[in-house]
Amino acid sequence: MAWPAVPSPASPGRPRLSRLLVLALGATFVLALREAEVDPRLLLQPEARANVARFVAGALPPRLDADFIAFLARPVAETIQISVMGMVLALAIGLPLGMLATSSLTWRGILHEQAGGPVRRLLALLPWGLARGTLSVFRSIPEYVWAFMFVRAVGLGPFPGVLALGVAYGGMLGKVYSEILEGVDPQPLEALHAGGAGRSGVVLYGLLPQALPHLVSYTLYRWECAIRASAIMGFVGAGGLGQQIELSMRMFQFDEVLTLLAVLLLLVATVELVSGYIRARVVG
Amino acid sequence: MYELDGLGKRFPDGTLALDEVSLTIAPGEHVAFIGPSGAGKTTLFRLLNLTLRPTRGTLRLDGVDVTTLSGRALRAARRRIGTIYQQHNLVGRLRVVHNVLAGNLGRWSALTALASLVRPRGLDVAARALGRVGIPDKLHARTDTLSGGQQQRVAIARVLVQDPDVILADEPVSSVDPTLAAAIVTLLRDLSAAAGKTLLMNLHSVELALANFPRIVGIRDGRVRFDLAPAQVEPARLEALYAGDQDQEREVAILARSRDRFGVACRPLAGFPR
Amino acid sequence: MARVATGAAPQPRWWPPLVTAGAVALVLWSWAGTGIDVRALLAGEALRHVAAYVARLFPPDLSPAALSDAARGAWETFAISLVGSALAVALAVPLGLGATRTLYRGPLAEARRPGPARMALGVALVGLVRVILAVCRTVPEIAWALVFVFVVGLGPFPGVLALGIHTGGVLGKLFAEVLEDVDPRPLEALQAAGAGRAGIVLYGILPQALPQLVSYALYRWEVNIRAAAVLGFVGAGGLGQRIHVAISLFHEQQLLTLILAVYVMVTLVDGLSAWLRARLA
Repeated sequence: MAWPAVPSPASPGRPRLSRLLVLALGATFVLALREAEVDPRLLLQPEARANVARFVAGALPPRLDADFIAFLARPVAETIQISVMGMVLALAIGLPLGMLATSSLTWRGILHEQAGGPVRRLLALLPWGLARGTLSVFRSIPEYVWAFMFVRAVGLGPFPGVLALGVAYGGMLGKVYSEILEGVDPQPLEALHAGGAGRSGVVLYGLLPQALPHLVSYTLYRWECAIRASAIMGFVGAGGLGQQIELSMRMFQFDEVLTLLAVLLLLVATVELVSGYIRARVVG
Repeated sequence: MYELDGLGKRFPDGTLALDEVSLTIAPGEHVAFIGPSGAGKTTLFRLLNLTLRPTRGTLRLDGVDVTTLSGRALRAARRRIGTIYQQHNLVGRLRVVHNVLAGNLGRWSALTALASLVRPRGLDVAARALGRVGIPDKLHARTDTLSGGQQQRVAIARVLVQDPDVILADEPVSSVDPTLAAAIVTLLRDLSAAAGKTLLMNLHSVELALANFPRIVGIRDGRVRFDLAPAQVEPARLEALYAGDQDQEREVAILARSRDRFGVACRPLAGFPR
Repeated sequence: MARVATGAAPQPRWWPPLVTAGAVALVLWSWAGTGIDVRALLAGEALRHVAAYVARLFPPDLSPAALSDAARGAWETFAISLVGSALAVALAVPLGLGATRTLYRGPLAEARRPGPARMALGVALVGLVRVILAVCRTVPEIAWALVFVFVVGLGPFPGVLALGIHTGGVLGKLFAEVLEDVDPRPLEALQAAGAGRAGIVLYGILPQALPQLVSYALYRWEVNIRAAAVLGFVGAGGLGQRIHVAISLFHEQQLLTLILAVYVMVTLVDGLSAWLRARLA
């Protein structure tokens, strides 16, 4: 049977992970396994079993008396409050730094075609680089390390938690904000610019309206993470549920630990639900 | 092979996709199904390949009622029916060889299936199948690097590996250009004839159906409108079948005007707006 | 009666003012609750405290002993994050498959024509796995670490277990979403050819989902390198333990060295992960 020749497109040789890379990854992993002292037998030895039994026996039933539940209201409220104020601070840090770190706003692209000589353009690079560097430092140091340092600097309580969340999440928000702003469709901006709009006009009428749903959606997502983080930061003395979990764990009050974990689960689930609902409406 | 008796399907949302279809198809027969879009042809094929369960009527495969099968017996019955889809339904990221050998999944155990992903099992079978569809050199290419026509051939090779008794082709050439379409329909017809397999095909193109199949079934509104040899499919029947389907009315009109006395149609004039 | 559409103003949506009011109330309540005194802040007392503390951090301790200690801690943290992430993937693949609803209900499952008992079993299985995943990911890794330190003693191993369990829960949920989201047409073709559930998973679902799964795993590794640096706070080794000691003993200059080590390592892993993701895409 005659079969019409089909032109075959040259199948592009996709870059495959070289053997060397796989080998290096494998070797690193084996070394890491040794370094991490992974030993599943530890989980099965009698002592571990006894500890698990002690934990389970101590945790069941969870402590649900009215006193304890009423007492919990405060740390729960504190956890929410830390997360909210932390996000407010993070916005105050992330939004301006994020805009400075947006190359299309500061030195590159259509807004800067006519922006004077090379010296002026180089000068515009300075705040951009500073903003990016600051954001990088802010977000690369985990919020718990920040919290620990702020506890040292300003004392125990919710305030260091707010500061830590604000700094670490400000770094993350700023980075992602700048990515969102750089990804905005440039054509409407060009039109505004050509129509004589200044930089603030372009930002207010072209950039922000396009980016807003994404900015809001990401901020809400970060808030979900912040609730969890603010609960955890208590472990280093920055208030909230975490502090209580740590205390109960150290006192071997496992029935309290179980209740606290259940409350945390409930809190996180509620926030995820609320934020998910708003996000679906904002983006949809 | 197939006996359909009052077969119908109503979806849970209330849509009546297939009203009532009664047909008998003999082993080794070649049948083309034509009709306007939305007539229920694709639903009919999904009933025939046992993906959907009918809401009325019975479907017999070699005398056995297959409407109530489940589990192992259902899988065994499905293995005897090969399907080729309009969108070829391949996994683009897998290499061609695995997509072709996936025809074996009705026979293979989970372990064999896993092992074959690491070291292809029956490389020669896959190679032979690809040779028969005319792309022997694509065995190790990634499937999504192939053109649409080549991917459709990979889908045919998968069915060859499956080695079913019936081949169902649901609009197999709607997404390739006309020359290639004719070539693929001929390929399917000849492969099925050579192996003595039953071939059922849904076709958008009336012309290809009339030229390649000895039996034409016209379907509209979920019912069989005619079931005839191509020579008996008169222009008036086609116009009635496609009435109201703007996409195809014009093609059918041209077809009706230009049919010669051998019952073979010309293609529409080049550049004529469709 | 026919109504003629006029150029009516768009219906005002009811929810934006409500959400805004709720947000403002939430912020005010939080403000009051956290007891942040704006005047004290503006007067600069808190800022002075922070500045004084920062000043004590400089210069970082760059003596060979401090550097080698930081390097050892960094390597240990790296190892915990890597092994913990691997454990998480090992847990997330089976759990993610168990939580993939399309395998147990919807067209793919109905086409298998299971009896009502099997159908109910499938739904129950998905529900159970989803609850397990929710518990794993909602309990923070540091709480898991506390539990595992209690069970197996101090050292990096409880850190690995904590990361593995928590991240396993996170990845399991993400994996299930990816697996539910694959193009269903190839699956229908495999099913029509008689493939069983294992065949459909191996030849239809996993190959389509793989790049996304790898990308999520690498992304979580980036998160875990930060988490691993913290787990030491509860005795799970690594940089965290050293940071804890340095802060507690007021060794501020060593602390800065360790923080720099965290920064360098996090940046390196971010870069490595981004590079790998780009290569695998």
